[in-house]
Amino acid sequence: MGKVIVVTSGKGGVGKTTSSAALGAALAQNGDKVVVVDFDVGLRNLDLIMGAERRVVYDLVNVIQGEAKLTQALIRDKRLESLYLLPASQTRDKDNLTEEGVEKVIRALKHAFDWVICDSPAGIERGATLAMRHADVAIVVTNPEVSSVRDSDRIIGLLDSKTLRAENGERMEKHLLLTRYDPARAERGDMLKVDDVLEILSIPLLGIIPESMDVLRASNLGTPVTLADDRSAPSIAYFEAARRLNGEDLPVTIPGEKRGFFGKFFGRKAA
Amino acid sequence: MNLRRFFSRPQSAPAARERLQVLLAHERASVGGSDLLTKLRDEILQAISKHVQIDQDKVSVKMERGSQVSMLAVDIEIPFDAGKKAA
Repeated sequence: MGKVIVVTSGKGGVGKTTSSAALGAALAQNGDKVVVVDFDVGLRNLDLIMGAERRVVYDLVNVIQGEAKLTQALIRDKRLESLYLLPASQTRDKDNLTEEGVEKVIRALKHAFDWVICDSPAGIERGATLAMRHADVAIVVTNPEVSSVRDSDRIIGLLDSKTLRAENGERMEKHLLLTRYDPARAERGDMLKVDDVLEILSIPLLGIIPESMDVLRASNLGTPVTLADDRSAPSIAYFEAARRLNGEDLPVTIPGEKRGFFGKFFGRKAA
Repeated sequence: MNLRRFFSRPQSAPAARERLQVLLAHERASVGGSDLLTKLRDEILQAISKHVQIDQDKVSVKMERGSQVSMLAVDIEIPFDAGKKAA
């Protein structure tokens, strides 16, 4: 039985889709069977980030409405044979996502894959709540910036109340993925530091993705950043985050930090 | 000149941190908190009405939220003949 992960944030543009694709590809490179599901009905983009935009025939809504079989809608990645994508519909309304339909799809995917990664839309509406509904683990993507931290706090509240796990009185496992982090600006005192965000949100840290040109470069090419260049700073950070998701106890360090002096201060332990 | 401005400019991250801490303390209390307030009000009133008869309209419950502590104020008017237990 696979694990269901929701990648969520509340705020838009913080890196949910980038992170879903990068973590999915990183996990699939271990040989695990991974499917990344786009829940952003009407504004799908995961297909574009993964370079599969011209291969979409059927989508999540088609499957839910019974117009296509799940196997017809799944797109296998051209580079990694254990990586799949389930695209969202671009033309349909998000009201076509029904709770029973989503549950059926997730249950089927859980049986067939090791990891089911649900890429949540921004906001706290239907699409976002349905994306988190069946999750075993949540990854809260946050930028070190006031509005993103505030929205993440709100999302953490929803994860603790509106998910199936929460309703069954079980603990919802939540992890913080801090993206677009600029250690130099944080050191200068002009960006929230890792500890500030951790103290405010008080959930364990999964990883820190440094601000990097490699991320935009990879999305320009339609390649998950962990596939585009596995030696780049954001790739290394995503690979490490994937290992932590797998249960490895790996200390978190600021990737891309070249001055060893700062390394001492930035060395972080994953909780 | 620019360099001096650069070095004398106060850091902005501490302000961000402080503003967030104050704001989130309020928001967390108000999102999950309205239920708590109603529950507290009902249970306090229930406990009191076991011993004295009180007029539901002459009760006020207020909650003030600060960054460090919150204050729950319950103001109940008890009439002279309240000793006669609620029927």
